[in-house]
Amino acid sequence: MATRRAFLAGLACASLPRLSWADAGNPAYLAAGKTADGFVLHGLTVAGASLFRIALPARGHAAAAHPDRPEAVAFARRPGTFALVLNCVTGAVTAQLTPPEGRQFNGHGAFSLDGSLLMTSEVVAETSEGRIGLWETRGYKRIGEWASGGVGPHDMKRLADGRLVIANGGIRTDPTDRSKLNTDVMRPNLSLISADGVLQDQAELPAELHQNSIRHLALSGGDIAFAMQWEGDPAEPVPQLGLWSPGSAPRLCPPAEADAFAMQGYAGSIAASGGRIALTSPVGGALMIFDAAGQPLATHRRADICGVAPLGGAFMATDGQGALWSCGIAGLAPLNREETAWDNHLIALG
Amino acid sequence: MRLPLVLAIGLGLAAPAAADVAQAVNGVILPGYQAFADRTADLAKAAAQDCRAEALQAPWQAAFDAWAGVSFLHLGPAEEDGRALAIAFWPDPKALGAKAQRGLLTGDPAKLAPEAFAEQSVAARGLMGLERLLYPAEPLPADPCALIRATADDLARMADEVRSGWQGGFAETVLGAGQPGNTTFLTEDEAKQALFTQLATGVEVLADQRLGRPMGTFDKPRPELAEARASGRSLRNVTLTLVALRGFAVALTPDIPRTLAGFDKAIALAEGLDDPVFAGVATPQGRLKVEILQQSLRALRETMLAEMAPALGVGIGFNSQDGD
Repeated sequence: MATRRAFLAGLACASLPRLSWADAGNPAYLAAGKTADGFVLHGLTVAGASLFRIALPARGHAAAAHPDRPEAVAFARRPGTFALVLNCVTGAVTAQLTPPEGRQFNGHGAFSLDGSLLMTSEVVAETSEGRIGLWETRGYKRIGEWASGGVGPHDMKRLADGRLVIANGGIRTDPTDRSKLNTDVMRPNLSLISADGVLQDQAELPAELHQNSIRHLALSGGDIAFAMQWEGDPAEPVPQLGLWSPGSAPRLCPPAEADAFAMQGYAGSIAASGGRIALTSPVGGALMIFDAAGQPLATHRRADICGVAPLGGAFMATDGQGALWSCGIAGLAPLNREETAWDNHLIALG
Repeated sequence: MRLPLVLAIGLGLAAPAAADVAQAVNGVILPGYQAFADRTADLAKAAAQDCRAEALQAPWQAAFDAWAGVSFLHLGPAEEDGRALAIAFWPDPKALGAKAQRGLLTGDPAKLAPEAFAEQSVAARGLMGLERLLYPAEPLPADPCALIRATADDLARMADEVRSGWQGGFAETVLGAGQPGNTTFLTEDEAKQALFTQLATGVEVLADQRLGRPMGTFDKPRPELAEARASGRSLRNVTLTLVALRGFAVALTPDIPRTLAGFDKAIALAEGLDDPVFAGVATPQGRLKVEILQQSLRALRETMLAEMAPALGVGIGFNSQDGD
């Protein structure tokens, strides 16, 4: 590690005009977690090995990768007070973002197509009204904000055409302690906004599923795959996966009946790879794989599994016991184990 | 309220002694599933001989007693193919089981053949399916004999699959945690954590579901939502499960005086409750008694987290308790 760090430090100082993701080579992923010493963020290889680890001021959540520069922004767990800009070649923190007065980061963010803009999911602290914070990416200065199209935005993804899709979870929370304040009347939605922040399309769930908070997103072919968390009666079998093609109604994709409660109503992360969609539930201790049309293909059990990202044509997943897994239809195979309890998300880079 | 996170031993804490995973598996889990397989086989045999409700209520009760001894275990063979879900499908707020069962009662008898029946809705099958046929609230629309036999056979099949799944492999997987090639439990601590989770969740389910559902809210109690109300087993299921959980806890971690005191208090409260189907929740005085039991279960769970988790060197999940 020391040798590699020295090498990387040398590389960073070699006055290269501009580093690209190719120069980073690794890491392939970022993942936050907790160790005996505190909260950390790791850069990971495709084999699940840790390349670098940096200390975080508080618990992390997700991250977003710059489209060209080997640079990523790691976000705090909501209600977030920080985001860190990382040089992914060296693992060095190059900037720290703080939300403006009265705003809180909400765990996720995305870069614009050309990389000139970072967009962060945020809430107005007092009301949980959704905002998309805007930051230029040279000095990471705040330059404005848009409406997110709903309450409690969480994950967001930039589409290949530059538009942004936002999961407005619908949940109003106490600004200080994450208590949920409106689950009886919540109305989550998916909002699609143009590259300049204009709302273009919006999708809601059928009325009987208004308590299914839409929280996480993955791009699957032309569809937006979304993962939900049920705030209603835990005894009701409800889908955790949906697919949305803007312009049409969202399609809900229930699991097989025998697995109706395997996720206990809670999907924590979602990823799409090789024409398949993986959905994890740390609450149920399960990872499910669906085809791109939303048909269930496999359910695998693993306690506290949550982070999931593409790995080749299949998936990598992480869990709270420190393990990193290669996942396919056939099952889970261990790749590595670190002394880090992995947090909710595994973020693919580059 | 959020519980403090107790981090897993995987994060570098010293390994404590005193955990007896083998005793929990060999002394509680395996005999528990053996008993459940035996009682459900008895029930199927009895149904084959005489399918009248009066003849089957006793063996059905015995099978449910046996299930209460293992119902809190949600790992391994019981979770595969939705078996635990089908064995005791409850709660069922939308009455999915009754609807699906009505179709089977009056529909194509080919669906009652063993292979076909195993594919029917989990909500229609198992112990709760049989309860609706053996303790009907109103006269059934057709002769239930064939459906009773099919359901009893299917239940015995699932119980035997869970038993053989444990005896023929999963027990070894738990006991061989951390051994090379064991990809279910990468370390010994993962197995301990899994077993401890069954306990903590088991107590939580008693408080939140089996008591919490009929309790409803003070303004709107819901006694009709009690589990196994038609057969009068609501409280009995709570008491038997508590006794089983206590046995499991002490097998896993012998030196847990505060946890055992918590169990004993809760068991005494349950045994002293003269309210077999929690009908009393409809009155303020009756509800208070059930609420006192519920509070003792919540206190018990806190005690287990404070005493057992450190003794085992494990905790509750990092992500599963978080929510985001």
